[in-house]
Amino acid sequence: MSKKNPEYDFKWCPGCGDFGVRRALEFAMIDRLETTGEPMENNVVVAGIGCSGNLVHLLEGPQPYGFHGIHGRSLPISLGVKMARPELNVVVVAGDGDFLSIGGEHIGPQAARNLNVCAVVMDNGVYGLTKGQSSPTTKIGEITSSTPYGKLESEIDPLELYLTFGVSFIASGFSGQPRPLAKLITQGMEHPGFSIVHVQSPCTTYNDTFDALKGNARKGIDPTLFTVPDDHDASDRASAYGLLQQPGIPVGVVYQDNGRPSLDQQVELMWERTTERTVQSLMDAFEF
Amino acid sequence: MQISGQMRDFVVRFAGEGGQGVVTSAEGLAQASTQVGYHALTFATFPSQILGGPTWTQARIAVDPVLSPGDDVDVLVAFNQEAYDTHAEEVRGNGVIIFNANEFELEGDERGFGLPFDELARSTGNNRAANMVIIGALAYLVDMPQSYLEEFVTKRFSRGRVGDDEIIRSNIQALSLGREHMSASGFSLGALESPQMPDYPQLMLKGNESLSLGALAGGLEFYVGYPISPATTILVYMERNLVGRNKFAYQVSSEIESITTILGAGFAGKKAMTATAGPGFSLMGEGLGLGWIAEIPLVVVDVQRGGPATGLPTKTEQSDLMACMFPAHGDVRMPVIAVGSVEECFYGAIKALDWAERYQGPVVLMTEMSLAERAQNIRKPDLSKVEPESRLVYRGNNGYKRYAGWERSPMPLPGNPGAYVANGSEHDDIGDTTHLPSRHVQMTERRFGKLKLLEETEYERDRAEESVVVMPWGGSKGPGLEAYNLLKERGVPVGWFYTMFLNPLPPALLEELRKKELVIVPELNFQGQFASILRSQGIRAEAITQYTGLPFKVRDLVDQITEMTQSVKKEMAGV
Ligand SMILES: Cc1ncc(C[n+]2csc(CCOP(=O)(O)OP(=O)(O)O)c2C)c(N)n1
Ligand code: SF4
Ligand SMILES: [Mg+2]
Repeated sequence: MSKKNPEYDFKWCPGCGDFGVRRALEFAMIDRLETTGEPMENNVVVAGIGCSGNLVHLLEGPQPYGFHGIHGRSLPISLGVKMARPELNVVVVAGDGDFLSIGGEHIGPQAARNLNVCAVVMDNGVYGLTKGQSSPTTKIGEITSSTPYGKLESEIDPLELYLTFGVSFIASGFSGQPRPLAKLITQGMEHPGFSIVHVQSPCTTYNDTFDALKGNARKGIDPTLFTVPDDHDASDRASAYGLLQQPGIPVGVVYQDNGRPSLDQQVELMWERTTERTVQSLMDAFEF
Repeated sequence: MQISGQMRDFVVRFAGEGGQGVVTSAEGLAQASTQVGYHALTFATFPSQILGGPTWTQARIAVDPVLSPGDDVDVLVAFNQEAYDTHAEEVRGNGVIIFNANEFELEGDERGFGLPFDELARSTGNNRAANMVIIGALAYLVDMPQSYLEEFVTKRFSRGRVGDDEIIRSNIQALSLGREHMSASGFSLGALESPQMPDYPQLMLKGNESLSLGALAGGLEFYVGYPISPATTILVYMERNLVGRNKFAYQVSSEIESITTILGAGFAGKKAMTATAGPGFSLMGEGLGLGWIAEIPLVVVDVQRGGPATGLPTKTEQSDLMACMFPAHGDVRMPVIAVGSVEECFYGAIKALDWAERYQGPVVLMTEMSLAERAQNIRKPDLSKVEPESRLVYRGNNGYKRYAGWERSPMPLPGNPGAYVANGSEHDDIGDTTHLPSRHVQMTERRFGKLKLLEETEYERDRAEESVVVMPWGGSKGPGLEAYNLLKERGVPVGWFYTMFLNPLPPALLEELRKKELVIVPELNFQGQFASILRSQGIRAEAITQYTGLPFKVRDLVDQITEMTQSVKKEMAGV
């Protein structure tokens, strides 16, 4: 909506990976509109704070609802939206710092709950908005504005982390391929439980990894990205771990477990074990 | 101790080991008394360990509605030696100490009387009737008719089960045995005046139960929380009772999740609430600011305990006011309602939810440990008179500007036309981030302007013409009012004001207070937080502070208010 809004004063740098992610999300939401017939207003995009979170203002075409909150808390905000109105399609957009560092404490609980939202994480291996500090996915030894002598700690492997937490749908994507990425996001949104689409979305200003990801024959750089092989059994946990042990970063669906009820489904099942109480009857219980 | 004369109230403290019947005895006495028309307040402490461990409960039984737990203990029921050692000092000089003669021997205290609780209970054939032995003994001390107690026992154990008759018989026998033993002791406290049965239905419940019921009556649909004393009982109550279609109650993984989850739910259209205590409240600061700037209705209950950090988890204090009113960075002033009685817990919760919808933002509802854990008889609220306010919802088309203008505007709900971005960054009228000075001015004024919608007209006032007035807040209302009533009887020239609306204050009240020579504010904190807030609004206010982790004693308030009033009067007279 902000393309035509002169007051909106944030712009992504030219070439920023997040453009592709925005495009992919637009595709996925339009597809959803066309296949389900539900209006765009049935989508809620909950955004984290970072360059990435600004995606919520930059979407073009029919507008979904948005919630642009505070740094690191997009998951629990989405928990509130989803459990208040389970019929809504809730999408989280966040950066690697937002999602894995300050907001890291919220991943495990949503995985355990199997909260039926789809989180699209834009991993650029750096804090973009605050101008280039190290993030949890920045490699050990790397020099950033906050690690002038090299990063002291190891990088984490987000996909392995999600798998360990028990996230029930895990996909890995690349911002440079908006159409295939849109397909992963659609699969994530359709998955009846907690889904994370972890996207390599390079920061052209502070950590330009396009060449490293895609490879560059001219410069003699081999690609880090590889397509998840057709015969990968995403329903098998051990296979998913196996896939993640291979060198490079897979693109495709890493893991999917369709067997677990989501939190909203659990709540519906619970209703069968409870009787609704009126305020009057609750109050009468204290009468003497 | 043989004392004759009429009494209007008496205070009993039951002390012993967790599991010995301390709580059931106190509750039994309160229930028996309220059923015949007395008023009762019981106050339980948490034992310092999970199982067993020293614990005590105090009950005050009175002819009139009870305002405070009572300054002095008239009777101590000591279940063991340690209970005697710990509490004997607080029993007044001519009080009575009933000790468990099956547990220990007591010599050299002329207030002491040994009653073999367990042995007498066993002799009735009902080992569990020890509390009735005690209640029978207490009834004798204050000359309470045996018929009252028998009525209570009969009612309580007529449950339509086999064996009811035998249980009723053994309990009545236990009451009689307690009474007989006590009468043989020669001790008596006097005669409690006859009760006046209220002509309205009543409830007996704790502050947190009353607050929870109020929230449900106010239309609460969505509750999440994280366990913390003394707010946990609200979470537990909601998880059990806020169930069914379109309702949700749930334990989340931290207070940061609590606040952000209800932000999401409030945005999505629900009446949403969480409750916590100091440590959790501190974690919610950023989220409360988000609710303020993004204009999301929600309620946060702060059940105050003592001290910063982990502080005094099981003690009472009123030291969170500044934090509740100013929980967040960046020009924020939260609406605050602070309840002052078990009854106000009910109505305050309804009001907090109403306020949240009315101004479309977060409301902080303050209560405290001493109210949360206090059980009291209150007039049963009439639900047909409760009319919760509902949200002003946008029902137009797309292209709506959610944040346009300087005033509250209808709120679109996801799933319907009117899509916008609820934004925690400063924004323009459609919710897009902007840094334009004119927008920050507009939005700041819009947010503060909405507080006007919360200006209430009603508040308590008595002898309002006095130039010196006392105005406690929150849980200090009870002892404050009891002190005020005594001062009034004694002819001390002091007036009374009270409101649970601390921010914004009812404008008429503010105007009245600004004309006073002195507004005396009893409050349980070191800094005199409310007095200081009043001063910032042009009121000559001074606090009476206490920071022991315990509620005020009425006697102390009477002394200090008298002294402060006299010195102002002297000054005014130019002495
Ligand atoms: C509580 C809090 N701490 C710090 C910040 C400052 N801050 C804003 S964005 C950000 C990191 C952004 O990194 P990332 O999440 O990776 O997003 P990116 O900009 O790279 O897309 C930080 C630290 C903040 N807004 N709030
Ligand atoms: S700083 Fe990096 S992440 Fe941020 S907009 Fe620029 S390129 Fe994108
Ligand atoms: Mg980043």
